[in-house]
Amino acid sequence: MDLSFLFFYLFAAVAVGAALVVVLNRNILHCAMALVLMFFAIAALFLMLGAEFIAAVQVLVYAGAIMVLFLFVILLIQIDRVQMLRFAHRQSPLVVIIAVLLLAELLYMIIRGTLGIAPGGADAAAAGAASGSTEAFGALLYTTYLFPFEVASVLLLAAMIGAILLARLDKEEVGGVSRQDMS
Amino acid sequence: MMTDLLITIVKILVVFGVYLTMVAYLSLVERRVSAFIQDRRGPNRVGPFGLLQPLADGLKFMFKEDLIPHYVNRPVYLLAPLVALVPAFITMAVIPFGNTLPLFGRDIPLVIANVNIGFLYIFALTSMGVYGVVLAGWSSNSKYSLIGGLRASAQMISYELSLGLAAVGVLIVAGSLRLPDIVAAQSGLRWNFWMQPLGFIIFLIAVFAETNRLPFDLPEAEPELVGGYHTEYSSMKFAMFFMAEYANMLTASAVVVSLYLGGWQVPYLEQAGLPPLLLSLAQVLAFVLKVGVMLFFFVWVRWTLPRFRYDQLMRLGWKITLPLAILNIFYSGYLVVAKWV
Repeated sequence: MDLSFLFFYLFAAVAVGAALVVVLNRNILHCAMALVLMFFAIAALFLMLGAEFIAAVQVLVYAGAIMVLFLFVILLIQIDRVQMLRFAHRQSPLVVIIAVLLLAELLYMIIRGTLGIAPGGADAAAAGAASGSTEAFGALLYTTYLFPFEVASVLLLAAMIGAILLARLDKEEVGGVSRQDMS
Repeated sequence: MMTDLLITIVKILVVFGVYLTMVAYLSLVERRVSAFIQDRRGPNRVGPFGLLQPLADGLKFMFKEDLIPHYVNRPVYLLAPLVALVPAFITMAVIPFGNTLPLFGRDIPLVIANVNIGFLYIFALTSMGVYGVVLAGWSSNSKYSLIGGLRASAQMISYELSLGLAAVGVLIVAGSLRLPDIVAAQSGLRWNFWMQPLGFIIFLIAVFAETNRLPFDLPEAEPELVGGYHTEYSSMKFAMFFMAEYANMLTASAVVVSLYLGGWQVPYLEQAGLPPLLLSLAQVLAFVLKVGVMLFFFVWVRWTLPRFRYDQLMRLGWKITLPLAILNIFYSGYLVVAKWV
């Protein structure tokens, strides 16, 4: 037996622990940093599976770009007022439903995995074997999985246009003085 | 197996030792070169030509009182200098500083870790460096630090895009993410510096912004922000931010040299008929010299150009370098399709 089991449990424990901190801690910045730690733990798990490209992108995109944006917003809003977050919010029922759905999906995948059925069929198994190589990953992304890939990018584009539209509306209402000028 | 491990450990120790020494001496180089540019003498009292100045500075930092203001967020405040320093150091692991060193009948590759996502590794880690700055700015609980941290996060996000997209051109031409492959693809006179001048300039601008060096040093702009994100730091913690800046500069220079200036390649040196060991050492020397030239360029720019205004910085990042970087990708694709590379 090699040491990889030990490391798997180490990183898994870090990921779960950090995720708990994200949910339970009341200081918003500590939550954000715990989330970064969780992304790192997940990236380490990807590395152990031989998916180097995914691991690097995980750190690069989530920890390196998205969380920096989060931090930017946290710094920009007044931290004293929001420092102690309320633990439960009004959307709780919805959150419970989504959480249950996600858990069900996860359990389904785990059960399939333990039964020896590769999730997503042979293509995904091939992708899993080849995902260490960036070239194979890119080839799959532009052939087999082209449609979901394009849908995701259209979704992102729509979100971006929406954000720009909202920002511009805001600017007109304030009347000449934009939010950017004040920061 | 054991010898491989031993070789790796020796490589790590040598690279790390040289790296730390260079970081320490960069502060001296910066002060001497700035003095030269401003027609002064600079520090020349400690040792011959002031060569022992970094040692004296280090000792002084260590014996200074380590003042932690009572209003800071202590755990984050203590963590921030480390977060700033570590990513810059470990990035060096994937940078090839030579071809192979023939020694005792083995060919030792002169790179610590030849991982197949080399460039993404660098990119992921450099994007971590901003956390040190942002966390320092937030945890210090002072308005100057906070504004410094804010500026850093916005600046890094803006320029990371240009940085990545400019480098995509190099990756397209090399057809690999491994840095040794990228360097090997630049044999002879085919340095990316000539092949992709536009990409080179964009990458260089973005690197200056990512390392927070003038003309993009807004996170620590001293006339407006006292010291920016490190205003509340003293003693060794301040020194760590200082070291992080120079370490980032050194790493950035090594990356620029590897991606655009041919890495350890010297045009047509292989045909000169040197003995293998000498050839290998000459290539390492060439790499170090190129990095040195880049570092001098960093210092030169800092003491020549004035600082950008914040809105100018944002406009340059989003409206000029980003579209040009995308244009450069098309150009690189054309290079490959037209079989010019």
